[in-house]
Amino acid sequence: MEGSAVNRTDVETGALVPTEAAANELTAGFERTLAADERIEPRDWMPDGYRKTLIRQIAQHAHSEIIGMQPEGNWITRAPSLRRKAILMAKVQDEAGHGLYLYSAAETLGASREEVLDLLHAGKQRYSSIFNYPTLTWADMGAVGWLVDGAAIVNQVPLCRCSYGPYARAMVRICKEESFHQRQGFEILNTLSHGTPAQHAMAQDAIDRWWWPSLMMFGPRDDESPNSAQSMAWGIKRFSNDELRQRFVDMTVPQAEVLGLSLPDPDLRWNADAGHYDYGPIDWDEFFAVLKGDGPCNAQRMAHRRRAHDDGAWVRQAALAFADKQAVRAEAIVAA
Amino acid sequence: MSETRDVAGTADLTAAGGHGAVPTTGVPLHEPGGPGRDWPLWEVFIRSRRGLSHSHVGSLHAPDAGMALRNARDVYTRRQEGVSIWVIPAAAITASSPAEKDAFFDPAADKIYRHPTFYDVPAGVKHL
Repeated sequence: MEGSAVNRTDVETGALVPTEAAANELTAGFERTLAADERIEPRDWMPDGYRKTLIRQIAQHAHSEIIGMQPEGNWITRAPSLRRKAILMAKVQDEAGHGLYLYSAAETLGASREEVLDLLHAGKQRYSSIFNYPTLTWADMGAVGWLVDGAAIVNQVPLCRCSYGPYARAMVRICKEESFHQRQGFEILNTLSHGTPAQHAMAQDAIDRWWWPSLMMFGPRDDESPNSAQSMAWGIKRFSNDELRQRFVDMTVPQAEVLGLSLPDPDLRWNADAGHYDYGPIDWDEFFAVLKGDGPCNAQRMAHRRRAHDDGAWVRQAALAFADKQAVRAEAIVAA
Repeated sequence: MSETRDVAGTADLTAAGGHGAVPTTGVPLHEPGGPGRDWPLWEVFIRSRRGLSHSHVGSLHAPDAGMALRNARDVYTRRQEGVSIWVIPAAAITASSPAEKDAFFDPAADKIYRHPTFYDVPAGVKHL
């Protein structure tokens, strides 16, 4: 078996593996980069667990962006004005773009586009459970923008400083674009809330349905979040689930007052000692049920995603056939 | 996913520009094949305004250069982020190896006299 100071060939698998000394040196280099708060880049050595954690997180983040196009796409043809329609189309197009930035970042870790899409379509990778709730009225476009995108921003801003360079760079672009999403949602709700009584009631109904699922977006409580500590040690995650959730509640309550809409939580009140708003218990049974596939729209979202992918197969093939034909022609011209 | 990807993490990775490298395994590039193969990977560079050079912004998949340009416009310049776009097949990029980065860049490390701050300038000397 061949070997060197750096690698030896594994007898069982035939794969090249680093010698123990080389492995220790690689690990130390990785730890030094993290300790200096510098970024890990794709060609750097990284622990297998770090790579897998990132692929899982980035791929599922990407899936959330493209599945997230569905509940909003649902209202494009029924937007109440041309202005609202143009804005909603721009927003849905942004979600597609966010998915593409993230699939690119996942790809730098060795997860090919086809591979992660197959895993999504096979139901083996997940997307954010928030998109398994239906968008029943136009006011839901406001609630999704204000609450769902608002929660996403709180989650995503710290990811701009994630230790993995390509992910952090994708998040910088995404966060810039999300702030338009949140503001347009707020504007929709503000208009409805200060409109007719029926419009106000529609806005309130949307908030009543979206508030708790938005709080669930931050994930399980800290004491039930076993992987968080490792992610924080790796600089992938910067704040705990509960810290981010509290930050979201604190910034959202005063905005609801401006909107003139109430948040559906009788326990919600300012705690002067803590300097934060206290909020009531979250129904985690609902969260886990929706995550497992028992939400109102899980089956519909997946069926639509698979259909869109399958219906687009001929376009992908035709584009390749055209590219091949053009390449052959170009060669023929060069040869002539 | 490659069974050899765990090998020091770098054994089967190849460079793809400033966004960083892409692994050669699991990422189909522009190779002849039948229908159903993935579109090749392109790296995207954008000049954000006149007077600045093109900078790497990300990557995308497209069947050919023309479609790569159009896709890059839609993915990376929805808010007028650029006045010019380059797309380059990821497979066409050659990069230095991170495994030998110290040796590769060493020749510059001990030549501090290349920097103006190396030199002592007597007090009072101006425009130097």
